[in-house]
Order: sequence, then C-alpha cells, then structure tokens
Amino acid sequence: MADKSFFIDTTKCTACRGCQIACKQWNKNPGTKTLQRGNHQNPADLSTSTFKLVRFNEIEIPGGEPKWYFFPDQCRHCMSPPCKEVADGKAKGAIIHDEKTGAVIFNPKVKMKQGDFKEVREACPYDIPRISGAGIMAKCTMCFDRINEGMLPACVKTCPTGTMNFGDRDAMLNMANKRLEEVKKVYKDAMLANPDDVRVIFLITDDPKNYHKFAVAENTIGITRKMALKRLFQPFTSLRHMIG
Amino acid sequence: MTNHYIDFRNADVILNMGSNVAENHPVSFKWIQAAKDKGAIFIHVDPRFTRTSTKADIFVRLRSGTDIAFLGGMIKYLIDNNMYDEFYVKNYTNASFIVNPKYSFNDGLFSGYDSAKRTYDRSTWTLEKDEQGIPKRDMTLQDTQCVFQLLKKHYSRYTLQKVSEITGTPTADLEKVYKAYGSTYAPDKAGTVLYAMGWTQHTVGVQNIRTMAIIQDLLSNMGIAGGGINALRGESNVQGSTDAGLLYHIWPAYLPTPRATWATLADYNKTTPASKDPRSVNWWKNRPKYVASFLKSTFGEKATKENDFGYAWMPKLDTGQDASWLNLFDEMFKGTFTGFFAWGMNPACSSAHAGKVRQAMTKVDWMVNVNVFDSETGEFWKGPGMDPKKIKTEVFQLPCAASMEKEGSISNSGRWMQWRYKAANPPGVALPDGDIMYELFKKVQDLYKKEKGTFPEPILNLKWDYETNGHFDIHKVAKEINGYDLTTGKLMANFVGLKEDGTTSCGSWIYSGSYTEAGNMAARRKKTDPTGLGLYPEWSWCWPLNRRIIYNRASVDLDGNPRDPKRPLLKWDTEGKKWIGDIPDNAVPPMGTTGAYPFIMKPDGVTSLFGPGLNDGPFPEHYEPLECPIEKNLMSGQRINPVIKVFEGGLDSFATCDPKYPFVCSTYRVTEHWQTGVLTRWLPWLIEAEPQMFCEMSLELGKLRGIKNGDRVIVQTQRGKLEAVAIVTSRLKPFNIAGQTIHQIGIPWHFGWLHPKDGGESANLLTPTVGDPNTMIPESKAFMANVSKLTKQPSQPAKKATKS
Repeated sequence: MADKSFFIDTTKCTACRGCQIACKQWNKNPGTKTLQRGNHQNPADLSTSTFKLVRFNEIEIPGGEPKWYFFPDQCRHCMSPPCKEVADGKAKGAIIHDEKTGAVIFNPKVKMKQGDFKEVREACPYDIPRISGAGIMAKCTMCFDRINEGMLPACVKTCPTGTMNFGDRDAMLNMANKRLEEVKKVYKDAMLANPDDVRVIFLITDDPKNYHKFAVAENTIGITRKMALKRLFQPFTSLRHMIG
Repeated sequence: MTNHYIDFRNADVILNMGSNVAENHPVSFKWIQAAKDKGAIFIHVDPRFTRTSTKADIFVRLRSGTDIAFLGGMIKYLIDNNMYDEFYVKNYTNASFIVNPKYSFNDGLFSGYDSAKRTYDRSTWTLEKDEQGIPKRDMTLQDTQCVFQLLKKHYSRYTLQKVSEITGTPTADLEKVYKAYGSTYAPDKAGTVLYAMGWTQHTVGVQNIRTMAIIQDLLSNMGIAGGGINALRGESNVQGSTDAGLLYHIWPAYLPTPRATWATLADYNKTTPASKDPRSVNWWKNRPKYVASFLKSTFGEKATKENDFGYAWMPKLDTGQDASWLNLFDEMFKGTFTGFFAWGMNPACSSAHAGKVRQAMTKVDWMVNVNVFDSETGEFWKGPGMDPKKIKTEVFQLPCAASMEKEGSISNSGRWMQWRYKAANPPGVALPDGDIMYELFKKVQDLYKKEKGTFPEPILNLKWDYETNGHFDIHKVAKEINGYDLTTGKLMANFVGLKEDGTTSCGSWIYSGSYTEAGNMAARRKKTDPTGLGLYPEWSWCWPLNRRIIYNRASVDLDGNPRDPKRPLLKWDTEGKKWIGDIPDNAVPPMGTTGAYPFIMKPDGVTSLFGPGLNDGPFPEHYEPLECPIEKNLMSGQRINPVIKVFEGGLDSFATCDPKYPFVCSTYRVTEHWQTGVLTRWLPWLIEAEPQMFCEMSLELGKLRGIKNGDRVIVQTQRGKLEAVAIVTSRLKPFNIAGQTIHQIGIPWHFGWLHPKDGGESANLLTPTVGDPNTMIPESKAFMANVSKLTKQPSQPAKKATKS
C-alpha cells in the first residue's frame, strides 16, 4: 500500500458535523456533556472522546456580511511527527509511526505520565494530543483499521460535499494543488497548510488565524521552537529514531 | 419536486429561498456543489446568514414573511426588462388566455370578497371560453384583459422601492438577485429553485410557491433538466405519506376526500376535471378509473358495481369541514374527542401553540403514543404545569421500530421510491408500524364481529389480508398499491390499464408500475445513466411511470426538438415515432400546431400564470403575517390575508404591532437535530453537538437589550415563554422597513422539557394558531416576540461567537 494523505477542502465545508459524528461512531467514542456557550462549536475542543472537531469562527465585517470559517480539525499525521520524537524519550512504544500508510498512532496500551504528556502536547504544532485521567493518550487513528481493509476513513466516507478526501499521497497532493489553482482565482490569499510536512492537507482561503489558532504550524519545519532547542541537546534521541 | 435531487447539478443558477439547504438537507448539497464546480451561481435569500450562506455566490436578506413582495418585484423586473421566454410563455402557459371582464383587483382585494364571512366568491375568477368550450386567446399578449397584461398590471405595484421598503432588502441586492436568476430566461439556460418551510409556513404559504411558479414559467424553467419547482421535503418519507393520502383532504394518490353532499360514486365522479379542448390531454379525466380501482383495493371482493364499489362505506367530510391539524386540536381542546393516536409524532412540541395542544390532550379519555423514543406527548400528563391527579387520560405507549429495523419503501422529495431492507431487529417488544396497525385492526374487526357496533360495514368489509404465515407482509401491501388485473390475477404494468368497471384494483394509481410482474422496481440499483443528465432510470422507481422530470414535453419545441442542446432531456424520434430520453409526459407526439399541450395534468394543458383554484386569489399578493411589526401593509389596505381563519378566545390570542412584542421571531432547524428532537435529543453525539435551546439575535439587538453572547434570556410571545441561551451574532442584522428599524430573532424548535433536563423547551410554545387558507399549515416562520435577559445568569464564562 502506498503512503496516504487527506486533502481537506474547506471551501466546500458546510459544517454539517457529519465527520465529527462518523468519527465518534466508528471509534465508539461517547458524547460528552456540553452546554450552549453562544457558539455552534460543540464540544468546545478536541479530547480523548472527540478526535474530529468542526471548529466555527465568525468574524464581523463592518458594513458587510460576516465571514464564517469552518475548520474540521484533526491530527495532521505529520511526516516527521514531533509528538513521537518526544514520546520516544518518555514512554517507549507510546506512539507508533506506521511506515506503510504514514499513520501516526497513539498506542492505547501504553500509559504516559501527565508531566511527560505536557511536553508531548507542546511539541505538536497543531495542539492535537489529549490524555485521559488514566494516562492513555488518544487522537485520530487515520481509521487505521478501515484503511487496511481498503475502506475510507469514516469522516471521509460520510462527507457529502467533497470537503474530505483521502487516498495515495501523490494523488492527494495533485488534487490539492489543482484545487488551489482554481480557488486562487477567487481568493488570492488561498493556501495549503504545511503540505510538505503533514498528511492532512487543509486548503484555506484566508489568514489561517481566522480558522483556528493552530490551523497552520508556526514553524515551516513543523516543529516548535521549543522542540528545535530540545533537538540540539538530545542528539541520541534522533539517532535512535534513525536506527529504528 | 417536479425534478429531483441529482438534477440540481444540471442548473446554471440555483435559488435557495425559504430554505437553509446546507443545514437542513446537508447531503443534497453534494449536488449543489457539483453544479458550482461547473460554474453555476448559487443564490441564498434568507433573513439570516447561515451555513448555507457561506457557500452562496450571492447572499441577500429579507424580513420573514415578505417573500411575495420580493418575488413579485422579480416578476415586474423580468417583464419590464423582457427577460422572459416569449415562445414558452405564449405556447405553454395561460398568458394568452382572456380573463372574465368581471374579474378585478383593488387595494388588496380580488373581486367577490365577503368581508363578513372572510371568503371569496370566485365566480369572476374565470377564463373566457368560446362556444366550443375552448379558452379564448390573444397570442400577441396585448389584449388588456389577457392574463399576461393582467399579470403585468398586478405586479406593476411591486417597484424596487416598494419591495425594498417591505422586505428590508436594499434595492441593489434585489436587482442583483433578479438579474442573476432572470438570466435563465434563455431557452438554453436552466434555473432551479429549492425551497422548504421558509416559504410554506406562512398565512400566504401556498401563494409564496405560486409566485415562484409564475417566475419559473416566465423563465421557461419548468419541465427542463436543471429547472423546476423543488420542495425540499422534511421527514424522509413525508413525500410517501403525502402520496398515501395521510392528510384529511385527500385519498391516496391525490384523489379528493368526498364531501357528504357527494352521496354516490356518480356524484363524486361529477367533480372529475373536464376540458372541451381536444388539444388538452387533461389526464385527470381518467380519475374515475383510479377511484374504482382504489375502492376495489380497499374493500376487495365486497366492492361490487352494485354497491358503488363500497363508496358508501368511505368516510365523508361535512360541507365546509376543514379537519386539518389546527382545527383538529382546537376540537380536541373543546373536548370533542374520546381518543387519540399520536402516531410517529410529538404534538406536545410540534404543534403551533403547543401549550394549547398540551391542554387539549388532557381532554381525551385515552391516547396511544407510537414512537421510537418516549416524548413530551407520551408523558404530557407529567409535564410542566400539569397535575396528574386531575388528568383522566389513559396513555398507551407502543414502542415501534426505527426505519432500519424494518423493510419497506421511502419516497424522497424527488418522488423516487427506494426500497430498503431490514438491517437489524427492533429492540425489546418494539414492532414496525405496519405490524402494529395490521394487528390492531384485526382485533378491531374481531370485536365488531363479536360485539356488533354502529355501522360495521366499513370495518368488516375492509380488505385486510396482508399477511404471510401469520405475519404482516409489507410486500403484499406494496403489490396492492401497484394494483392487480383482477381478471388474470397479475400485477398491473402501470396505471394506463386501470379500469372503471371493477376489474382492476390499485391502492395508489400514481404508484402503479412500482411492483410489477417484472419485480420490485423500487429495489433496483442500477447506475446506468443513458442521457448523462443524472436521471438514473434504473435506480429505484419514481412516480409517475418512472418519469424523472415532470412536464418534460415543455423542454422541447413544437417539433419535439430539445430547446437546450446541452441538456437534451427529451427528443422526438421522427422515424421511430417515439420519444427518446426521460419517460415522456406523455407519450403523445410533439405539439406542433394541432397536437397536445405539454402540461397534461392541468385541465387546459398549460401552466397557470392566472390560477383561479386557490382560496386567496388568482395572483399572489403580499400581505403581512398575522403578527407583524408594522401597523399597515405597505402594499395595500389589507394588512393580513383576507381569508385566513382567525382563532380567538380560549387560549388563542395574537398581538400585532404591539410594543410588548417588538421583534419578528422565526423558528428553524439545525443539521444536528430532527424536528422536535424526539429522536435526536436521546442520541449522545447529536445532543453533544447542539445541547441546548438558543436564541439568535443581532449585535445591535444584543446591545439594545444589554444581552451578551452566552447570556440566558427569556423569549416571550402572546402565547407563552421559554428560556434560551443567546447567540449574539452579526449573522443576524436589523432590517430597515420603511424607515423603521425592525429586529429579527430566531429559535430552533428541536427541544422539549422531557430530555435532557437542561435542554430547554419547545419553540412552539410561542407560535400562534393560524395557518394558510388553502392548507392550514401554521405560520411558524413569522410572529412577534420579546427577548430579555434573565436576571439570574449561570457562572460559566461564555465563548465569543464573533470576533471583530
């Protein structure tokens, strides 16, 4: 099997929450207790019960119609996952990087100390990792079990508008670049979010901050400054990673 | 729908109005996106900026309840700018017909109005006929008394300025929409309109749709691929339920329910639509065949020619009786009923003026509540303000199977009847509705046999043999709906062979052809699409006759050639002497100069720009909602629809232009919940996504009332009040209505007191008992309310909905 990627075209997203619900159904995640906080985004954030979250952000445009951004957030399954870089030094086998598909998987059988987890979470430019009270990390699995049976991830299968796409990385990058060209005719600021660093490539039309604080990585290499500094002092970690 | 969902992708321009399609028909957006991918323009007209609006190329706002003003302005614009298809208008509509010289319209009233009775004598709303009984015409469309000139005159009052004053839509926005949508008048351009409750749930609901039908006729958009009038229906099988005649005024397949004065079958058949014009197919002239066949299905062998096929055993309506929902619950409130089946519904939350309906339920001796989950209806006697000790109603709770726990068909908005298999067993003692009904009625028949009873014939003579090996068999029902040739015992091929003489049976003539000797057509799943227009003729089966786009002979010229070469829906093959493409409507040869007109279900064979069949006028006219924010209707001296029934007394009252209730309120839905939430509020993933009752309002209104985003508020009307969380957002904006600032608020109607405990109450506690004069659909989309901040606020901090 070739390595995989998602292409998420936010220009087609209607925030129907199909992806959010399908993910919960497939992973048998519970619905959590929520309250209406003046926003249709619910639950408020990703958690060990919510791997896929449609984020809503409204921006008032004085004298005009508002802009409403929808961002169906999920783990980016980075090409070089910084969460794994850190986790390898904290709890062996906690994070697995599948060579075949490129899926980054949190091992549900390996516990992580809360203090160590904090570093794992901070290493992620997209603020994805979450941990349960029992010390088990959880996030999007790339529907690893589904894709190994030749099925699409649940969120992709359910999406009615063509926002969610999944396939071989080459094909997805092709699709993403083609669509970017089309969209740029109308939205000159349109961009793909860190396409070289991640396997979940978002197409956005505007300032990434309008969608979500962590829509795009601060650093083009896909690791935080903190992480970069850490690398300088932990050469053996990197070496171990290279040896496998 | 005249067309169907996949057909949306064929449009050049899509108008979504009276609907919020992306939120309420999310999967259908696939086809809208497909159209956009081909360069189609998507227009959204709505009081609010919604998830749909984010995908619109053109978004404009209008005040709830002003759609006829908006669309009437479009009619004027199209006529003034010659943006109408002259060929189509002359040949396929009644534009050229001459109207009775006694017909008139003046200051909001049509001729024949009786203000005491609040009804019209419609005898002047007629079209002139010659000695042969054929409509008189002026094909130049110049005669001052021809429909086209009267149409032009009627909408000459709908100027941009006047429309803007009424709707609150800036004139530039009106023109933008008119121009973009009007561009589809060209024969090779297709415009489709997608609408829903935003148009129907008004005291002018039917006329809203009529106005758009007139526009679609002017633009030659009826009967073509990518065109049509497309109602986005709600419940997955509501189309099926309407077809099955569940509403009081119709039998299955749109045969009318008889009045008591139609004492015999001959009397009933006297009302069959007639036409003297040899060029009008007037397919409804075949109605007696369908009536006889329906009665044969109903009473089987007991129905004979001698007893009028059992016609005397069918219930009849009293003269003037309207047994629709609002009247029904009004009668229940007055104590008229002994018992009540609440079958797959939750009236305690779904009915307009839900508070009155909850009280009405205390008046019946017994209620049977059939549903998948428990509801405010089944538990009404434990609800807020109820004292169970004082309520005598005995409630029977019958759990039923969900749709995937039983086999059967569902007819979607596009008339596609899709057969579904059973995927899982229902839990516990839950049974499919069919099984419940079947067993229940067998018991009733037993009791009538043992204990006799008043007028037992209809009960005992009912054909009720839809079982196999002692179990209810849905296939037997489906076959009966299709119908049988009783002389051979074989299934009918379609309704063309149905007879008036009792030798055929058919439960629903429009569904004849759905289950034939060739098999269950609704279960077909072939993905072939010969025309490439997305008709998929062998995927499921649609009525009538698997014709995917109704009135498709309006898509060709007089010789039968497609007027739009890019979308050849139908073409006459001169050699083979048959139509190629969709199933033709109907099989007669091209119209030419002596042949049949295309609109075969209309008595005159053409569409009605002038439509004399409705209770409130042959041309749509703007009237304000019963509760409105302004003192006078800016269009005429008639503030409200002159023929609507006004319920007053008891729990019914309304307040218009009243400082106590200064804001226009509308009710609507979200993707994540379904109707009253009777199913969805129990599903953890859905209630997590939309947990509580909310009230959306503009930033300006928030400021005015000191309400911040996330604050708890009270929303109140003349009928009742409820608590909600405020969503203060720039997606709602105040309207400028003739110089006045009018605020609009909106609430979803998905919540109810039963579950979750902190979810909130039903929006229908606020809505008034008033409906459209043709259908009595309640005016849930425009009424007057107040909103104020609750003095006691929760401790949690709120998240901002809007950043500047």
